[in-house]
Amino acid sequence: MKEYWQEIHALTMRWVRRLSREKFSMLFTLVQPMLFWLIFFGNLFQRAADAQVTQAPNYISFLAAGVVVMTVLNNGLAGGVDLLFDKENGFLERLMSTPIHRSSVILSRFIFVMTITSLQVLVILGVAFLFGVRPATGLAGVAVILLIGMMFGVGLTSISMAMAFSVKSHGDFFSVLGFLSLPMIFLSSALVPLAAMPGWMGFLAQFNPMTWAIDAVRPLILSGWADALPHVAMVVVVMLIFDAVCLYGGAKAFRRAMG
Amino acid sequence: MDRTVAIAVDRLCKSYDSHTAVDHLSFQVYAGEIFGLLGPNGAGKSTTLRTLITLLHPTSGSATVLGHDTVRDADRVRALIGYVPQERAIDRFLTGREHLELLGALYHLPKEAATRRINDLLKLVELEAHADRPAKTYSGGMKRKLDIACGLLPDPKILFLDEPTLGLDVQSRLRIWDYVRMLKARGLTVVMTTNYLDEADQLCDRLAIIDQGRIKALGSPTELKVALGGDIVSLTLKEADRIGGLEAALKGQPAIKSVRTTAKGLDIRVESPEKALPVILESANRLGCSVEFIQYNRPRLDDVFIAHTGRRIQDEVQKERDE
Repeated sequence: MKEYWQEIHALTMRWVRRLSREKFSMLFTLVQPMLFWLIFFGNLFQRAADAQVTQAPNYISFLAAGVVVMTVLNNGLAGGVDLLFDKENGFLERLMSTPIHRSSVILSRFIFVMTITSLQVLVILGVAFLFGVRPATGLAGVAVILLIGMMFGVGLTSISMAMAFSVKSHGDFFSVLGFLSLPMIFLSSALVPLAAMPGWMGFLAQFNPMTWAIDAVRPLILSGWADALPHVAMVVVVMLIFDAVCLYGGAKAFRRAMG
Repeated sequence: MDRTVAIAVDRLCKSYDSHTAVDHLSFQVYAGEIFGLLGPNGAGKSTTLRTLITLLHPTSGSATVLGHDTVRDADRVRALIGYVPQERAIDRFLTGREHLELLGALYHLPKEAATRRINDLLKLVELEAHADRPAKTYSGGMKRKLDIACGLLPDPKILFLDEPTLGLDVQSRLRIWDYVRMLKARGLTVVMTTNYLDEADQLCDRLAIIDQGRIKALGSPTELKVALGGDIVSLTLKEADRIGGLEAALKGQPAIKSVRTTAKGLDIRVESPEKALPVILESANRLGCSVEFIQYNRPRLDDVFIAHTGRRIQDEVQKERDE
């Protein structure tokens, strides 16, 4: 057990070090786009968005939940990228030739991605706060938001890692990533509530786990516990199933790649 | 001589879908020797190596490293070996020291012991002055040195090197050879793959020539060369149409073991040049073949390779590059 921790700690610290030496890329690729969505999109559509449709005092407060979950989505789907590069340059092989638990590498990645994502979610909620968005459920609500984010993130990161282990080239990886990410966002309740979508889009969006996550995060920000709790209970169940499926698939891909 | 067996490979097979990468390979590596796996790209060298370091499971057959099965006792094997991958397996954002510290934790070394060993290794590979710079500032040779330091960190009994000098300049290459010889002098067993004949010739105590997943020849470089039986006289003729006639005339002569046509002449394997050369020149004269060039060679590893695989290793390497 002590050895297990030593491995996971060392591997996690490697990700942290890498990030700390890639400050610019971190700033530009992770923090900025999400804040842009919130600040520009949120303010830009302020008058175009119908408050009757969004059921929110202003569009930015409606959008906050969407941007939070989008951050989780993007970070999760990109969570396997570093392992992909490790695989391609032989570093992964070097790690795997040491007497470590096979799961340490994967766990270190989960811990790292979840931590970074949580920090970013806090930044987004902080910026939203500056624009007058006060979470209706307070700090406890924020904690629940982080929890939902992590539950969704685990599944997404598993998908990403499974892809990293299975693809032939990193070109394939990024094509699939680019192909997945935007439809996931548009076919969810991130920008528009389901009820206001064209029928076919709304129909598809209800199968998107992202929709479930957003529908639980949104009342935590906008209305309060009474509204939020049923959604939170539901999303926990949905995410448990989602994570189980993704982890199973991820473990299979990992074993195939490492066998 | 009875020698301790460090690695035993027994009828090892590895296939992917319909492609057989390694086909019933059996060999042994003795403790304390430098053992080479020589062959063109795609011959099955790397597959064999990766099976030995537990990264691949054999389709059938087995391999043991210091008595431990590479599948069932994988963790035991991993704790006893060091590995230097073919690619520069370097994290460009980490410093040299951080690479070694990371591996120290993965081999579960206590902190003080790790620090001491890391300093020793940095000194050994002459990277002390650069230890705290990110690896992206390193030259190719420095990265290779760091790779080797990483492979040595666990204080392994056996070190595996995959194409250790691929793509290095001549000086770095010689330097790496020096390290490998020094490690052998310290009692390490070294297993390496290479597709450089000179490297195999200079460095390896014994080597296996692998082609299409099978061992074509096994022994020390000298043994392999001697086994070819005889030295080679290469003739280049002015008129290509006379080659056939001369070949027929030489075949079956007592001093001559075998004759093979080449693009511009003949390669003649002879027992001793004193007896064979007069015979060859006399025949050439008699048939009116004018000899443009004559060369006499002791067998090179090159010739061993051709004799066992039917082609030159360089052709293969070049072909791979062209593709």
